[in-house]
Amino acid sequence: MPAITMKVNGQAVCGDVEGRTLLVEFLRDKLGLTGTHVGCDTSQCGACVVHVDGKAVKSCTTLAIACADSEVTTIEGLAKNGKLHPMQEAFREHHGLQCGFCTPGMIMSAVDLVKRNGKKLDDETIRHELEGNICRCTGYQNIVAAVKAGAANM
Amino acid sequence: MENFNYIRPAKVADAAKAMKKAKDGKFMSGGMTLLPTMKQGLASPSDIIDLSGLKNSGVKVGSKSVTIQAGTIHADVAGSKDLKKAIPGLAKLAGGIGDPHVRHKGTIGGSVANNDPAADYPSACLALGATIHTSDRKLAADKFFTGMFSTALKDTEIVTAVEFPIPKKCGYAKFPNPASLYAMVGVFVAQLADGSVRVAVTGAGAGVFRVPEMEAALSKKFAASSLDGIAVKSKNLNSDMHASAEYRAHLITVMAKRAVDAAK
Ligand SMILES: Cc1cc2nc3c(=O)[nH]c(=O)nc-3n(C[C@H](O)[C@H](O)[C@H](O)COP(=O)(O)OP(=O)(O)OC[C@H]3O[C@@H](n4cnc5c(N)ncnc54)[C@H](O)[C@@H]3O)c2cc1C
Ligand code: FES
Ligand code: FES
Repeated sequence: MPAITMKVNGQAVCGDVEGRTLLVEFLRDKLGLTGTHVGCDTSQCGACVVHVDGKAVKSCTTLAIACADSEVTTIEGLAKNGKLHPMQEAFREHHGLQCGFCTPGMIMSAVDLVKRNGKKLDDETIRHELEGNICRCTGYQNIVAAVKAGAANM
Repeated sequence: MENFNYIRPAKVADAAKAMKKAKDGKFMSGGMTLLPTMKQGLASPSDIIDLSGLKNSGVKVGSKSVTIQAGTIHADVAGSKDLKKAIPGLAKLAGGIGDPHVRHKGTIGGSVANNDPAADYPSACLALGATIHTSDRKLAADKFFTGMFSTALKDTEIVTAVEFPIPKKCGYAKFPNPASLYAMVGVFVAQLADGSVRVAVTGAGAGVFRVPEMEAALSKKFAASSLDGIAVKSKNLNSDMHASAEYRAHLITVMAKRAVDAAK
């Protein structure tokens, strides 16, 4: 098994992987970062979204070995010095979650979409950008409200 | 998912060599089709030859054509300012593929090599009369796409770029499957530099196909109303839980009209 190194949430990490080890397996099973979820086996739900070298990707459809020497940010990496990230705070404030299973992916996608589209967002843009994130609970209304508010505070 | 050897060569020639050596190798670009297929157990290659090491990404606009390197992700095609000016319909198509995360990994090379019958790019290639550049040769889109998930590519051949002639105008309209986001029906309409018109349909049949009746009507007059009363027969179209063949046949005319209206 080859050993790989990468930077996860700002810290250098290393570990042995097989070719087939998925990034999400590496994060959850090797590093114990269980905030990143797996909600489907068809690459459609977005519960597993993390940032690799600044881009939001599905960690269930990414090989860990292909991320060697990359910089990865997971939901655990957003809060700084015990203070929630503005997008996390907005989800709490606007009740953008019920069971919370989709939430890490939603928030990682939201942070990414703000980076690309700016802080002033209309509902249509937010809904279009969240097409790759499925929520079985909320009906999306409060998620959209949370993303809008979180974006303004970022 | 079965295990495999993982190789990431830096040169096209080395990638082809690695493929020749492998028992049952597979090239991988974005992995957005290949990895889901392997996770379902539908493919279990002995070797994965990751083409991301080739670092062949970029959109180059020339005077008569636009060349997109095979490793360019959908998001970069959609976001290219130069492409938005030269072939806006193509940039719009790329921006409608899947979701943002798919667009951050999936590549044009992977998409044309895969030739999914519901994929978006093959329609643009066929309608614009694109040329597919490979490690061995250059192939016209008309010769490249040969049927459901099949292309003229040989086992060790690698798509390196896709070259699109700049049309007078073109447009794309897609009716996405709300769950998978792939095209239930997508129609790309292009009026080429010489004035001829090409219409290519994806999502509806076993593979992307042209519609000569629509092309003839639009060549006379490039307007949505020219398509009144022209419909593709439903006989050989796809029928599944999402849409019957008759419904898809109807959608083709509706989407073709929208594509004409959207053409820029
Ligand atoms: C949730 C989801 C939604 C999607 N929605 C859409 C959609 O709406 N429209 C759409 O068109 N697509 C859609 N896709 C597919 C996506 O666009 C893929 O990225 C694309 O089809 C394949 O590109 P890739 O770079 O990921 O290729 P890979 O998955 O890496 O490879 C696909 C195939 O092509 C071969 N291959 C790859 N690169 C080359 C090359 N350079 N030369 C020769 N062979 C090569 C591989 O061996 C493999 O067989 C979706 C995918 C997902 C997961
Ligand atoms: S777990 Fe990755 S998309 Fe569902
Ligand atoms: S809050 Fe339960 S899946 Fe979204």
